[in-house]
Amino acid sequence: MEKLLSKKISEKEFLLGNEAIVRGAIEAGVSFVTTYPGTPASEIGDTFFKIKNQKSLPAQAGKIKNSFYFEYSTNEKVALEAAAGASFSGLRSLIAMKNFGLNVASDFLMPLMSSGVNGGLVIVVADDVGCSSSAQFEEDSRPYSYLAYLPILEPATPQECKDFTKFAFEFSEKFKIPIMIRTTTRIALASGIVKFEKISEIKRKAKFVKNPLQFSTMPPRVLEMHRELIEKIKKIQKFLEKNKINKIESGGRSRLGIITSGISYLYVREALKELNLDLSVLKLGFVYPLPEKKIANFIKKLQKVLVVEELQPYLEREIKRIANDANCKVKIFGKDLIPEVGELKPEIVTSSIAKFANRPPSFALVPGLKLKIPKRKPQFCPGCPYWLVFGAVKKAVNPNEIVFGGEIGCYMLAFYPPIDLQDYLYCMGSGAGVAHGISKATKQKIITFIGDSSFFHAGIPALINTVFNKSNPLIIILDNQTTAMTGHQPHPGAPTVPNGIKIENIVSACGVKNLAIIDPIEQEKFIEKIKEFLNKEEVSVIIARRPCIFVK
Amino acid sequence: MPEDPVFLLNNFMKREFNIIIFGIGGQGIITLTRLLAEAALNEGYNAKTSEVHGLSQRDGSVDTHLRFGKEIFSPLVSQSKADLIISLEIQETLKAAYYAKSDKNTIFLINDFIKEIQDSKKFSKEEIIKELKKISKRIFIIPASKIAKEKLNNEVLAGIFLLGYSVFKKIVPLKPSSFLKAILKVVPEKYLEINKKAFSLAEDYD
Repeated sequence: MEKLLSKKISEKEFLLGNEAIVRGAIEAGVSFVTTYPGTPASEIGDTFFKIKNQKSLPAQAGKIKNSFYFEYSTNEKVALEAAAGASFSGLRSLIAMKNFGLNVASDFLMPLMSSGVNGGLVIVVADDVGCSSSAQFEEDSRPYSYLAYLPILEPATPQECKDFTKFAFEFSEKFKIPIMIRTTTRIALASGIVKFEKISEIKRKAKFVKNPLQFSTMPPRVLEMHRELIEKIKKIQKFLEKNKINKIESGGRSRLGIITSGISYLYVREALKELNLDLSVLKLGFVYPLPEKKIANFIKKLQKVLVVEELQPYLEREIKRIANDANCKVKIFGKDLIPEVGELKPEIVTSSIAKFANRPPSFALVPGLKLKIPKRKPQFCPGCPYWLVFGAVKKAVNPNEIVFGGEIGCYMLAFYPPIDLQDYLYCMGSGAGVAHGISKATKQKIITFIGDSSFFHAGIPALINTVFNKSNPLIIILDNQTTAMTGHQPHPGAPTVPNGIKIENIVSACGVKNLAIIDPIEQEKFIEKIKEFLNKEEVSVIIARRPCIFVK
Repeated sequence: MPEDPVFLLNNFMKREFNIIIFGIGGQGIITLTRLLAEAALNEGYNAKTSEVHGLSQRDGSVDTHLRFGKEIFSPLVSQSKADLIISLEIQETLKAAYYAKSDKNTIFLINDFIKEIQDSKKFSKEEIIKELKKISKRIFIIPASKIAKEKLNNEVLAGIFLLGYSVFKKIVPLKPSSFLKAILKVVPEKYLEINKKAFSLAEDYD
C-alpha cells in the first residue's frame, strides 16, 4: 500500500482501477473516507483501511496516512450521510460502494442534491455488469443522474480512474455539487499502468458554519433549491462543452462514427484496430450532464452513428433526442446491434461494429468443443461454520414443509447443492421483511437467514417489524464475526472492534423473547432449538455464532 | 519444448501477447497474473489484466486475462486470440476452447490436476486431451501440483512452477530475470524464498 503514498511525481505503478481511485483521492487531498464493502468496489475502502493500519511508514507517507479519516460505516446511506457531514464542514470527502449501495443511499442522496456541498464530495459507485459477484439485479446506476441531477464521470482505464477522481474533487468544489464516479467490474478490477502526479497538501480546519438556508431542505425553500440545482446543471453543461474530458478522436473520411464511454471505449478501440477501420469516435468522460452541442456537432457530419454501451440504452436515448433537437439526418444505432444484458466483450463489439460498417468479421473462430465442463458451483470453504448451520437445519426440519429466506453474503451459497435451502433472495435486510409478509399472509412456517454484517446494515428495522406487527418467522443470524464475502471487513459487532455491539443485546432490545445463542458445532442443541422455536407464536431468533475460518 | 518458439516470438513482435489463466478459487491465480504483468512491465511493455473477486472466488471457476505489448486497449482477451492458456486444473481447460486460435497455434500449458465437480461425472485426462487436440497442436501437460507437493510440500506453488516452466522453455517471450524481479516486488517477504525456489525448479524440468 505504501506505493500509493509515493511523493515521486511521474512514478509509474501497476494498479487496479480501485487502487487508482484511492491514489486519485490522495492526490486531491481527501480528508474523509467512508464505505460499505461490496464487490467490485471493496478494494477502495480496504486500501484506505490498510493505509490507515500500516505501521512504521516513512515520515512523508506517515503524514499522508494521518491526513485523512476512514471508516467502514454500517451501511451506504449512513456512509453518505457521514461523508456529507464532513463536506458541509469544508472537507474533501469520498464514499465508495457497489451499485446496490446507491439504492440504499438514495434516500439521502436526493435532498443532498437540493442543498449541494461545501468540500468536494465524490461518490464512487461500481456496477457489477454481468453479475459475476452479485445476485439481485443487473443494475445500471447511470439513470440515477436523471433522478437526482447527479453529475456522473465514467473512467475507462486505471489511469483515468486516478485522473478523474482527482478532477472530480475540484469539479465538486467548483460547482458545490456531489459528483459520482461510475465504474464497472472490468474497470474496477482491471489493472494497468498509472502515472502519478503531485499530492496536494490541503490543510483545512473543519467547521460546520450554520446556514439553515443551505442545509435545511424545508419547503418552500426546497423549490428554490430545485431551481438552483437546474441552474447549476446548466452552468456545468456550458463548462463541459469546452472541457477535454469528453474527447473526439477523429477518423479519416468515413462518415460513420461511434459514441461510447467507460470500458466500452476500450473495446471499440480494440475492434477498430482489429477491423482496420478509421472511424470518428466520441469518448464521453461525463455521462451526465452531456455536452449536447459537442455531440450535435459530432453527429452532424456523419451519416450513421453507433452508440456502444453496456446495459441500458442510456446514452442512446439521449443521443437520439439530441439528434432530433438539432435536426440531424444521421441514423443512430445502439441496442439493435449491441446486447442489453450481460457484459460486453471485445469480440462482441468487434462483430457489432463490423455489422455497422458492413464489414465481414475479420477473424476465424474455433468451433466449440463437444465435451463441456459442467458449471462449478461456488461452495462454502472447507471448514466453514455455515456447513454446520445448514446441516443442523436440514436435520431439524423437513425442508419441503418450510419456506427458506436467503440474504446477501456467503450464506447465499445455500442456494446451491448440496444445501439447497433458499426459496427467495433479494437485498440485505429483506429476508426477515419478506418472511413477515409471507407469515402474515399464509401462516406457513419460515426460517430466514441473515449474516452479522447484514443484520447491522439493514436487518434491524425488519426484525422490529416482526415484533411490532406480530409474525413468527425463525430468524437465524449467522454470526461469523466478519464481513466474509467481500474480504473480511470489520463490522460493529466484530470481536476486533473495541467495545463492539452485541447482536443479542439489540435483538433483546427489539423485544424478541425467543432468543438463543448457539455455537453450531453443538449440533444437537442447535437442532433442538430450531424445532422448539418453530412452534412459537412469536418471532424467534437464533444467533449461530462461530467465527469464519479466516478470522484470526 | 514447443516445436518452434521462434515462430511464436516473431508472431508476437507484430502485435501483443495474450494469456488467460484458468483454474479454481484458491490456486493463487491473481498473484500469477500480477507476476506476469510486472515481468512484462520490467521489459518495457504496456500491460493490462482483468480479474474477478467476491462470490466468483468461492471455489468456483476463476479465469484472469493478461495482455502485454506496445499498445493495449482492452483488458480482456478476445475470442480466438489467446497465445497462451495456462490451466491449473485439467477440466477447466475445456472452457479455454473459446479463446483458442483457429490456426491451432495457441499453446496450452496444463497442470496435471483434477478437482472433481459436485454431482458430475469426472472427465478423464485422456478424454479431455483428445478433445483439446482438435483445437491445438501445442499441448503441454505438466505434473506441477505433484512436483509442488513432493519437492516444496505445498501444492499452491504449482502455479508458480508452471509459470517458471513457461518462461524457461521460452513459451512466454519474457526473460527469467524479469520474473525474479517481479517476484521480489509482488510476493510477501516470508514467502519469497519458497516462491523463487518453485519458479527456478522449472528450469531443470523436462
